[in-house]
Amino acid sequence: MTVSVRPTVTPPPAASAEPVVESPVKIDVERLNFFYGPKRALTDITLVMRSNVVTAFIGPSGCGKSTFLRTLNRMNDIIPGARVEGRVRIDGRDVYDARTDVVALRRRVGMVFQKSNPFPKSIFDNVAYGVRINGLARTRRDLEGIVEHSLKNAALWDEVKDRLQDSALALSGGQQQRLCIARALAIQPEILLMDEPASALDPMATQRIEELIYVLKKTYTIVIVTHNMQQAARVSDFTAFFWLGKLVEFGPTDRIFTNPAEKLTEDYVTGRFG
Amino acid sequence: MMERHIPHFQEELEQLKARLLEMGGLAEDRLRLSVKSLVDRDLTAVERVLVGDQAINQLHIEVDDRCFKLLALHQPMAVDLRSIVSAVKINTDLERVGDLAVNIAEAARRYLQHPPVNELIDLPRMAVIAQDMLRSALDAYVRRDTVLAQAVLDRDDELDALKMKVFRDLLTHMLRDPGTIEPSLDLILVSRHLERVGDHATNVAEDVIFMVSAKDVRHHAEEFLS
Repeated sequence: MTVSVRPTVTPPPAASAEPVVESPVKIDVERLNFFYGPKRALTDITLVMRSNVVTAFIGPSGCGKSTFLRTLNRMNDIIPGARVEGRVRIDGRDVYDARTDVVALRRRVGMVFQKSNPFPKSIFDNVAYGVRINGLARTRRDLEGIVEHSLKNAALWDEVKDRLQDSALALSGGQQQRLCIARALAIQPEILLMDEPASALDPMATQRIEELIYVLKKTYTIVIVTHNMQQAARVSDFTAFFWLGKLVEFGPTDRIFTNPAEKLTEDYVTGRFG
Repeated sequence: MMERHIPHFQEELEQLKARLLEMGGLAEDRLRLSVKSLVDRDLTAVERVLVGDQAINQLHIEVDDRCFKLLALHQPMAVDLRSIVSAVKINTDLERVGDLAVNIAEAARRYLQHPPVNELIDLPRMAVIAQDMLRSALDAYVRRDTVLAQAVLDRDDELDALKMKVFRDLLTHMLRDPGTIEPSLDLILVSRHLERVGDHATNVAEDVIFMVSAKDVRHHAEEFLS
């Protein structure tokens, strides 16, 4: 079926009570189309994500929200037959420009996945890994400092400081996920992409991740994909609703969840879909 | 095509609406009886108002309880969230209308102990307007009709003006004949209660506008919420 959807995009208001809204544009996406071979997965996506703000992507399974997230640090490049049209600019520079260093890009744009994926190494080595291969620490003490700082930022330090040499695989699911966040933070990214970071966690571990997101946004620009609408409502400042590969509506989170402009969005957030 | 399943939550919302309307019906009924007791000098109506208040109080608690559970268990969003929050507030307003009906009936009982020295002047007219506003506010709720809700808001000034007029007329009576002071004071109280009924109907209408269109029209909110 063909559906014509013109997205309702409420730009962050210029003068608002929320100072965070006026932060500079970090990621600027313009008329982005994405294809898996002949199949178009994303259609004409245009939106802006601002610094030190949490932007959430919501929508039913298969709506393109994870695909879109992965276009932001070119994680889709490795998929055979994948093709991108349009622009993704980070700090004004096109990430799909031929001159873009993809490895450097992914260092700036860290990613946390749905299923925590620690390396089968010690807790310390998990966090130290990216620092070492990128040569970000000059001395052992530098390295230890970065590991400690990253684990503290991921709210995991107090739980693991006495067993940094234990295997990361011995940690609980929630701890493993925070370890992956620490690992992402260790290489000092500017943007953190999170693809359902808490969907496999229990409510308490989920709450810790959500608190962490709240703290981290002071330093990073965060984009999160979530199936859990209450989570999007709790953690994000802006919400984008995707449907059938299109951006239906984008605006301040409180408006999307209390008074969406589009009928489709309203049907989705109130569970009347399908 | 498979038949569309009506989610459990939607059923619960419909039940909430039905109970709230039942509450509205009871409040309207009490109000009508209390006015009748005064206008028709009907003491049996007084008793029926006093007895009936119990049912309103029980429903008041039940509707609040339903709202609480729906909020806690379903974490509703958008129009559903607005509907439930509005229901909590409308519920309180309707319960207050029930209380005001009791106050009017009690004033009527005292008033009826005196010979009918006073005409009721504009009180029956006030009663008609107050009842009309309440009925329209509830109709607006059922039909999700913001135009009708706005019409309720527009009538509030009329009621306020009549209340002032009733007061001035009764003051004249009392000055002319101090023997009418006691019954006149009861009538002034009734006018005040009817004016308050209008205020509650106004609140209900404002909640209907919020529920349907997400606009907060209270206290000219649009002037400072922009």
